[in-house]
Amino acid sequence: MGRKLLTEHINVPGIDTFEVYRKHGGYRSVEKALKTMTPDEVVEEVKKSGLRGRGGAGFPTGMKWSFLAKPEGVPRHLVCNADESEPGTFKDRELMTKLPHLLIEGMITSSYALGANTSYIYIRGELLYVLRILERAIAEAYAKGYLGKNILGSGYDLDLHVHPGGGAYICGEETALLESLEGKRGNPRNKPPFPAVQGLYARPTVVNNVESIAAVVPIVNDGGDEYAKIGIGKSTGTKLISACGHLNKPGIYEIELGVPVEEFIYSDEYCGGIWKGRDLKAVVAGGSSVPILPKELILKTAAGENRLMTYESLSDGGFVTGTMLGSGGFIAMDETTCIVRNTWSFSRFYHHESCGQCSPCREGTGWLEKVLHRLEHGHGHMHDIDLLVSVAKQIEGNTICPLGEAAAWPVAAAVRHFRHEFEWHVTNPKEATRPGAYFSAKAALV
Amino acid sequence: MESTTATVKPQFSEAAKAEIARLFEHYPAERRKSALLPILHIAQAEFGGWVSPEVQDLVAETIGILPIEVYEVSSFYTMFNLKPVGQHVLEICRTGPCMLRGSDELTAQLERLTGAKVGETSSDGLFTLKEVECLAACGTAPIVQVREKYYEQLDTPEAVDAMLAELRNLVHRPLLPWEQTGLAHSQQ
Amino acid sequence: MAKITFDGIEIEVPDGTTILNAARKIGGNIVPPAMCYYTPIKGTGGKCRACLVKVAAGSAKDPRPMPKLVPSCITTVQDGMVVENTTNQSVLDVRKGIVEMLLINHPLDCPVCDQAGECDLQNFAFEHGVATTRYEEERRTFEKIDIGPYIQLHMTRCILCYRCVYTADQLTERRVHGVLGRGDAAEIGTYIDNIIDQDFSGNVIDVCPVGALTDKTWRFKSRVWFTKPVNAHRDCGNPKCSGNVVLWYKGKDVLRVTARKDEYGEVKEWICNECRFEKKETADWTLEGPAHIDSSSVISANHYELPVVNPQVIADLPESSVRDLENNPPLKLGR
Repeated sequence: MGRKLLTEHINVPGIDTFEVYRKHGGYRSVEKALKTMTPDEVVEEVKKSGLRGRGGAGFPTGMKWSFLAKPEGVPRHLVCNADESEPGTFKDRELMTKLPHLLIEGMITSSYALGANTSYIYIRGELLYVLRILERAIAEAYAKGYLGKNILGSGYDLDLHVHPGGGAYICGEETALLESLEGKRGNPRNKPPFPAVQGLYARPTVVNNVESIAAVVPIVNDGGDEYAKIGIGKSTGTKLISACGHLNKPGIYEIELGVPVEEFIYSDEYCGGIWKGRDLKAVVAGGSSVPILPKELILKTAAGENRLMTYESLSDGGFVTGTMLGSGGFIAMDETTCIVRNTWSFSRFYHHESCGQCSPCREGTGWLEKVLHRLEHGHGHMHDIDLLVSVAKQIEGNTICPLGEAAAWPVAAAVRHFRHEFEWHVTNPKEATRPGAYFSAKAALV
Repeated sequence: MESTTATVKPQFSEAAKAEIARLFEHYPAERRKSALLPILHIAQAEFGGWVSPEVQDLVAETIGILPIEVYEVSSFYTMFNLKPVGQHVLEICRTGPCMLRGSDELTAQLERLTGAKVGETSSDGLFTLKEVECLAACGTAPIVQVREKYYEQLDTPEAVDAMLAELRNLVHRPLLPWEQTGLAHSQQ
Repeated sequence: MAKITFDGIEIEVPDGTTILNAARKIGGNIVPPAMCYYTPIKGTGGKCRACLVKVAAGSAKDPRPMPKLVPSCITTVQDGMVVENTTNQSVLDVRKGIVEMLLINHPLDCPVCDQAGECDLQNFAFEHGVATTRYEEERRTFEKIDIGPYIQLHMTRCILCYRCVYTADQLTERRVHGVLGRGDAAEIGTYIDNIIDQDFSGNVIDVCPVGALTDKTWRFKSRVWFTKPVNAHRDCGNPKCSGNVVLWYKGKDVLRVTARKDEYGEVKEWICNECRFEKKETADWTLEGPAHIDSSSVISANHYELPVVNPQVIADLPESSVRDLENNPPLKLGR
């Protein structure tokens, strides 16, 4: 049984209230940081912890913090990215619903480290009910003197506000999020300048994922070195994995990084295997944008080693035979799943969510979806399959923000590993749309 | 709440005005536009589940920005309904993880039970069906959002029936936090 | 000052100059195309991705190459930077892809489009695109909209460069149009029935790179290459209006009035709506002489500039030009 640094008390009744949370050791990190540490010492602990951004990109959090510009007399901001919307990812919602004070505690400690006096939690608009939970918890923290002026007599002031989005996946991209927080369309900005120099209101800003900020709490409590002892190599600490799709026990699991993928899928401690007694066909391991892998390659690397739940092991083999840990949105598909239909669904998502600012993404995401729609509905041609790869390549790397890659990767990977299934859709147009048709056709051949 | 007509200029309730005043304090004085999304949510809740051009003009006036700045934003974000809707908008998640757990079947079932197709409102005016992308609740797929509530694991006919029954019995929309604080409100 | 190498050519430019503007200082066919960037309008650029270039060395201090292609229109130079544009095949390949993306939803109705002949997208596609299409799906279409008495919005042709939005923001009193919706369903619009009648709003026609915003007073009057551009000015009472324009003549008639553009299609001096839409008589203007249009343009193909040159000094004057000169004696300049 792995250690639970974030979710140990998640099911304690009343843990969403200040009193109960406090009774279980809550807000210790705020006291420790504000009373015994300088802001730079907090940053140092986060650096030592090896914590990597939990939103998907995996960029070292401590390094991101150290990039923050600190011009004299200009306010700085910490903005929490709670715009969780990468398909397959639902960990932050659970964390905020059940442990609102954990996020608030992390926000206070992190804001102190960064020298921010006004911080925001940008939460996706669909989660307005979670916004209410957070606002209630924030009001408690103000009442108890953990927010507001002169927190715990330390002389440090912090105001914390929750800001709702309005329904746009793209606002999970940090500069689109900042635009949205400024009351504008969620159009990502060209970079440079990076938010660390010109972020919210053109002031230096750090944007961090909910889980990253929550992880700062155990890091400050126990020290960065202690945190770094968990995990393997550069994948330190624990990670929330949201497991969904055709699993017996979908849900959120806090794992110590390094758990074998096979154990994660099949052991009763975690997902308990594939539903309905079926076989596993494929997995999208880190949210819908990362490359899909067939069963053989998700359980073992191309070199035959056990695949582990770490940043490095999942990306072993690059995009040819590997994938990414991403946001930890773990989508399992059983043997009856139609890969073409699933890829079309993902493509439809990115088409729907493209902001439309830059031409490769605006036009390319729609093109991909339309071709995949035709293939799935029995109107495809063989040359469409290579066309998909070509259009994906034209988008990748040429857009303002990573949504371009997010749209291109799943399509390219699906064709890479399941080309035969796309071809089958061309040669069997009448059956293409019927759910599970490819599976039964394949079974009949055996 | 009645939806607005072109002849009557809409006005925020006192409770909403108080909430908006609270929101403005979250942002620097010269950055009041930051409050646009939260105010649009309030407006949609106040004025019948959608934001008419008149309501959007009211939002612009409240903040002190140009109307086009509101239209640009309201049309970008999918949560804002720009046309009149039924009493309950069923936002059905259709993205991959929900699709794997039967969202296609759920949509078909809801179309059958309400008599409305996706994008339409049922003839009794109760339900509007709307397909949306990932709602970040993939572990309890398939799901439907209605206003601020998530209905999860709708993979059995019983669960779907229970949701619709609950909504049918809901005569008024639930009060939002800022409406519950003793200020007079039409639905109290 | 920063010294950079662009396609093998060294040039020194002031710090803060963009790569694109450094290339424009060199000039010629090494200059990256720009479909959304527009120097005089703040905030433009970075969207169409037509001007992507390879930075092979970031700077003298940090000579590492930049991992991705960068938009040259908004990336500033660093001393010692090495940039590859026409000398880099991957840049040219990506550009070909951008043309394809911009064209898949473009109607290709050039034969009936007023912009044809002076269309940035047409030039871009001609220079960088391929002659065939791989796109088999239905194209996006919109209804044409009259936004006020002078401007027609043909959204189907729009490439969402955002230039007109920023222009209206920066030149007019009160912007009433913007980008609505998102993704490939995004459109330029006023949301509710609204007219764009602010003074200076006519400048959105000039900044539009395609035929999405066109001058209704010039609609279907002539193909642009059958008209002759003549520089002219008037003493406009509006202090913000330069009064410096181009009159587009067909015979003795002024068919339209536009602001003056440089060789990259950029307007440096804005004009008011009165000058643009209401002064269509030669008598309203002081003529200066033929407006120079880039020699590669289809507009220059009718040799309208010849009347002011001395035909005797040009050795091999094409026969068509001689005929043109005989039929259309030189314009009498001045009032």
